Amino acid sequence: MDLVVINLIDGLFYGLLLFMLSSGLTLIFSMMGVLNFAHASFYMLGAYFAYQISQYIGFWPGLLFAPILVGIGGALIERYGLRRVHQYGHVPELIFTFGLALLIEELVKFFWGNNLMPYREPEILKFVLFSVGSNAVPAYKIFMIFTSMAIFLALLYVLTRTRIGMIIQAALSFPRTVEALGHNVPLVFMGVFGVGTALAGVAGVLAGPVLGTFPGMAFVLGSIVFVTIVIGGLGSLWGALVASLLLGWLTTFAASSSFAFSTLLEGIGMVRPEDMDESMLRDLWTLTLPQIGPILPYILMILILVLRPYGLFGKRDV
Amino acid sequence: MTDTTQKDTAIAAGSGITLGRALPWIIVSLFLLVLPWIFGSNSAITIMNQMMITVVFALSYNMLLGQGGMLSFGHAVYMGVGGFMVMHIMNLIEDYSLPVPMPLLPVFGGLFGLGLATIVGSFSTRRAGTVFAMISLGIGELIAACSIIIVAFFGGEEGIKGDRTYGLPVFGVEFLQQKEVYFVIAGWTVLATLLMYLFSRTPVGRMANAVRDNPERAEFLGYSARWVRFYSFCAAGFFAGVAGGLFAINYEILTEQNLNTVQSGVILLIAFLGGVGFFFGPIIGAVVFTLLQSVLSLQSEIWQLYVGALFVATVMFFPGGLAGVLMMHVPAWRLGKLGSLVVPYIKTVIPAMIGILGLAALMELVFHARHAAAGEDEITLFWTTFDGFSVLPWALASIACVGGIWIARATAPGLRAAWHRANTPDRRPAA
Repeated sequence: MDLVVINLIDGLFYGLLLFMLSSGLTLIFSMMGVLNFAHASFYMLGAYFAYQISQYIGFWPGLLFAPILVGIGGALIERYGLRRVHQYGHVPELIFTFGLALLIEELVKFFWGNNLMPYREPEILKFVLFSVGSNAVPAYKIFMIFTSMAIFLALLYVLTRTRIGMIIQAALSFPRTVEALGHNVPLVFMGVFGVGTALAGVAGVLAGPVLGTFPGMAFVLGSIVFVTIVIGGLGSLWGALVASLLLGWLTTFAASSSFAFSTLLEGIGMVRPEDMDESMLRDLWTLTLPQIGPILPYILMILILVLRPYGLFGKRDV
Repeated sequence: MTDTTQKDTAIAAGSGITLGRALPWIIVSLFLLVLPWIFGSNSAITIMNQMMITVVFALSYNMLLGQGGMLSFGHAVYMGVGGFMVMHIMNLIEDYSLPVPMPLLPVFGGLFGLGLATIVGSFSTRRAGTVFAMISLGIGELIAACSIIIVAFFGGEEGIKGDRTYGLPVFGVEFLQQKEVYFVIAGWTVLATLLMYLFSRTPVGRMANAVRDNPERAEFLGYSARWVRFYSFCAAGFFAGVAGGLFAINYEILTEQNLNTVQSGVILLIAFLGGVGFFFGPIIGAVVFTLLQSVLSLQSEIWQLYVGALFVATVMFFPGGLAGVLMMHVPAWRLGKLGSLVVPYIKTVIPAMIGILGLAALMELVFHARHAAAGEDEITLFWTTFDGFSVLPWALASIACVGGIWIARATAPGLRAAWHRANTPDRRPAA
C-alpha cells in the first residue's frame, strides 16, 4: 500500500512535469499546425539558464528570470526563423524545429560542456516533508507539484476568462476574421510561442535539480512529450493533462513493478526451457515489466494513431 | 497533363537505352573503379566505403522524403535490421560452412528490410504528413528500445560481430582486405543507385511524386494514394536493408547505435543537406557529410555544432539543399551567361568564407577558454599552435570575422544584380 501511494506521488510529479511541456507544445500546435521538435530543448535551456542565474543570485530569481529569457528566445526564433520557413510548408517547418533541437543541444555543449551541472534545489526546500512507510517524500517534489498545478489553473483562467485569452482562442480558429477586427495576429502567434516555450522553461527550472541538468536532458524527454500530446489529442489542453498524468503513472508503476513475463508464459502452459542459452525465446523468459516500461508510451501512441488518430480528446485530425 | 507525357517519354526511354542516358553511369562506374588507385591509403578506402554505404542509405531515405513526401524519423531501423540479419547469416555461414558467396549477402539484408517495411507500412502509410512522421518516430523508438532488450537477436549493448572471410571465395578473393571489400560495396552502390533511379522513372515512382504534391487529385485520377505510398515505403525499406548489409560486411559489427533515433536523425540531415528535390541530391549530401565528419572531427571538437548550424541555415535559406543551389545555375548556363557570375561570386563568397572562418576561429577560442584544462593554454588552430589567451589571435579572428562579413554584405547587391542579369535573356543585341 505504501508503495502505491509513493508511486502515485511520483507519477503525479512526472505527469505534471510532462504536462508543463505538453501544454505549451499543444498550444503552439493548435496555433501553427506544426509540432515543435525543439520544445524539449527550451526545457533544457530553462534548466541551464536557471543554473547560471542561481550561481550569481540564487534559485528564486532563476525561477523567475530563466523562463522569461527562454520565452524571449522562443519568440525571437518564431519571428526570425519559423515565420521564414513557414512559406515552404509543414514538412520543412518540422525539419527546421528538428534542426533547431540539434543546434540547441550543441550550443549547450559548447557553453557548458558535457558534464552534469551541479544545479541544486534551494536550501529552504531541502527537507523531508513526510514519509510513507520507509519512503521519504522530499518537500521539493511537493512544491513542484503545487507550482505546476497553479500554472495550469492560471493558464486555464487566462485562456478562458480573460480578453487576451478570447483573442488567442479566436485567432486559433479564425485568424483572418480576428485580423480584420484589428488585432495583430502575427504578434499574438509570436506571443503564444513565447509563452509556450517559457512554460517549457519553467519545467526545466523545476526539473533540473531533480532529473539532472545535462546536455541529453532534452533528448530524454523530447519524444515522450510528443507522444503525450498525440495521445491526448493535438491541440487539446485537457487531453494534454489527462495524457500526461496517464503516462506519468503508467511509467512509474511499470518501473516499480516486479512483474516478470515468465509467470505469464507459465500461466498459458509453456514449459520453461532447460538450457536458456540455446532457446530463441530466452529473452521473453527473462523479460520484466520495468524493462519494457519506457517503451509502453510508444506502443500506446502507435495504437492511438492507428485506431483513433484524433487522440483521446482531440477534435481535429493530426 | 504533364505527368502522362513524362510517363510516355520514360517508357519510350526504357525500351531503347541510348548512349547519352547510359554515359553518366558508365563514367561513374569507371571512376569508382580507378578511385582506389588514386587514393590507396587504408584511411581513404575506409572513408570511401563509409561514403558509399551512406549514399545508398541516403538515397533510400530520399525515396520517402523527396519522392514520396513522407518525413520519417525512424529510417535507420530498416538499415539496422537488414544489417543484423546479414550478420546472423554471416555467422551461420561460418558455423555450418554454407557455400554462399559473401557479395550476395546484401540481398538478404534488403529482403529483411523489405519484410519489416511491409509490416510497418501496412498501417503507417495510410496517411502522410504528421501522422506518418509520428508513427515512424514511435516505431523507431520501439525497435531501438527492443534492440537492448532482445539479446538473442540484437546482442544487447555490445551488438553482434561476424567474420566476412568465411563465405565462398569469389574468383579466389576471400575479402581479407579493405580494398577487396571496396569493390563489393562500389558494385552494390552503382547497382542500387541505378535501381532506385529506375524506380523513380516507373509509373509507381511518378505517382509517388503526384501523391506527394496533391494526394486528393491523385485519388480522383483513380490511384490509391495509400498504396502508392506503401510501394515507395517498401522499396525504401529494401534499399535501406541493402545499405545495412553493406555496413555489416564492411565493419563486421553491428550495435544498437546503428538503428537508434540518432542515426535516423543523421540520415534526415544528410538527405536534406544534399537536397531532397533532386535524385542526385542525397549523393552529394552523403559525400559532403562523410568528408565533413572524417576531416572536421579531427580538426575540431565542436564540429557537430558547425554541422547543426549548417543544417539550420540550409533549412532557412536554401530549402533545396546543395543540389538545389547547383541546379539554380542551370538557367544561367543555358543562356551562356554563367561566366559573367564568376567575378561577382569571387567578390562576395571569398570575403564571406573568410568571415565564417573568422567566426569559427572565435568559437574555437571561446570553447578553448571555457573548457581547456587548467594550465593548457596552447591551442592548435588552422595548423598553427599558439597561446589561446593572448590578445593577438582574438583580435585577428575578430577582424577576419567582422571584416569578411562586412565586405560580403557590401558586395552582395552587386552579386544580386549580376545574378539577375545572368538569368535574363537578351531581348535585343546590346546597343
